[in-house]
Amino acid sequence: MLFKNRHVISMKDFSREEIDYVLDTAEKLEPVARGEERSRLLDGKIISLLFFEPSTRTRLSFEVATRRLGGQVLNLGSVEASSVMKGENLADTIRVISKYADLIVLRHPLDGSARMAAEFASVPVINGGDGSVHHPTQTFLDLYTIRRESHLEGLKIAMAGDLKYGRTVHSLCHALSLYGAEMTFVSPPELRMPPEIVRDLQKKKIRVKETDSLEEIIGDVEILYMTRVQRERFPDPEEYEKVKNRLRVTGELLKAADPGLKILHPLPRVNEISPEVDSTPHARYFEQAFYGVPIRMALLALAMGVIE
Amino acid sequence: MKEKRDLKIQAIENGTVIDHIKAGEALNVLRILGISSAFRATVSFVMNASGARGKKDVVKIEGKELSVKELNRIALISPKATINIIRDFEVVQKNNVVLPSYVEGVVRCTNSNCISNSSEPIKSKFSVLQSEEEGVSLHCLYCEHVISEEIAENLL
Repeated sequence: MLFKNRHVISMKDFSREEIDYVLDTAEKLEPVARGEERSRLLDGKIISLLFFEPSTRTRLSFEVATRRLGGQVLNLGSVEASSVMKGENLADTIRVISKYADLIVLRHPLDGSARMAAEFASVPVINGGDGSVHHPTQTFLDLYTIRRESHLEGLKIAMAGDLKYGRTVHSLCHALSLYGAEMTFVSPPELRMPPEIVRDLQKKKIRVKETDSLEEIIGDVEILYMTRVQRERFPDPEEYEKVKNRLRVTGELLKAADPGLKILHPLPRVNEISPEVDSTPHARYFEQAFYGVPIRMALLALAMGVIE
Repeated sequence: MKEKRDLKIQAIENGTVIDHIKAGEALNVLRILGISSAFRATVSFVMNASGARGKKDVVKIEGKELSVKELNRIALISPKATINIIRDFEVVQKNNVVLPSYVEGVVRCTNSNCISNSSEPIKSKFSVLQSEEEGVSLHCLYCEHVISEEIAENLL
């Protein structure tokens, strides 16, 4: 499977076979990610982390992934101190960094910026999140977590919280549709999954159900994917106050859950998962955060062509 | 009356006649073709003319044959338009517009956060899809935003 020099921009660019290949590669690299084995796969390679907005977890996990594979990291540093403040456009920045590094990881606030960067780069670009649309490495790690902690084929999954603005659930829906998942969307009416996504899934013959009650579905799903209701999305703070605690996973709620239920969350969480849940076998969100490392190792190694 | 109507849509010697444009869309057709005050050829148009199939617009460009690729962009806003290439007062070629599968630099992405609306040195790029239920829709190749209803309003 040809991944060398390939950009990683959107989940929609990947077939099911290609996704499986990335997940298989991550699984092989997991002992290295845990520090149990050493690797020099990226020896002599420089990975540039161009983060135009803060994202500590994503940046750190790329940094750990690079270092665990023996590569070096080139950080942009703060945007305030960079050429961006002198008015340089992103296209020029990308052209210049392409001359310094062997691969670019880009995080940028504008939608489609990674796609544009790929047009100007002479090295592979991995999208570390652009605007509110794409965050493919998050989706890869979500899929990897689901596969490691449960199963992908014919999965019964509920996604809950802010389904309207949450980009992680949008691309996860697309990816899971390739595996014939059965999806339940749980949200307050104000934060429902965009209808075009629901229609698209229905066209693909995916079974979709929508509700506003976690109690109604908790006994009937294998994965519960919680998301944060984002305060910054609400122009009216009162509206946020009304919905912020509407969906909450508690020990009480979990009494009705299947013993095998796994709870995921892209983190950070606020109130949507009670701390008492953390010590239950259902809680897999911190392990999910770790799985970002082998996934990013796999994507780096494949795009650099050091694993084929 | 008939003579007056004939004057409005009188034949040209050489050039391109775009006929059966959806009524009221002639100005947008000119924008799609990039026809502005700097354009040197003679251009005339009729809006809301009576035709056999109801009201229509007609655009005539004298002394210039536009490429099929340029003309097919018109299908974005007027899928039933026809293109006549005129030489020596004769129609030498008559085609229906064909919806292009891709357009670049023609329409602005309506997502204000899209990179194509920033000062980067790029043009907007869309793949074009048509379905019976939703008509023509443009899919931004940068941010994946879909434009289906306000295409004419967002012409560049």
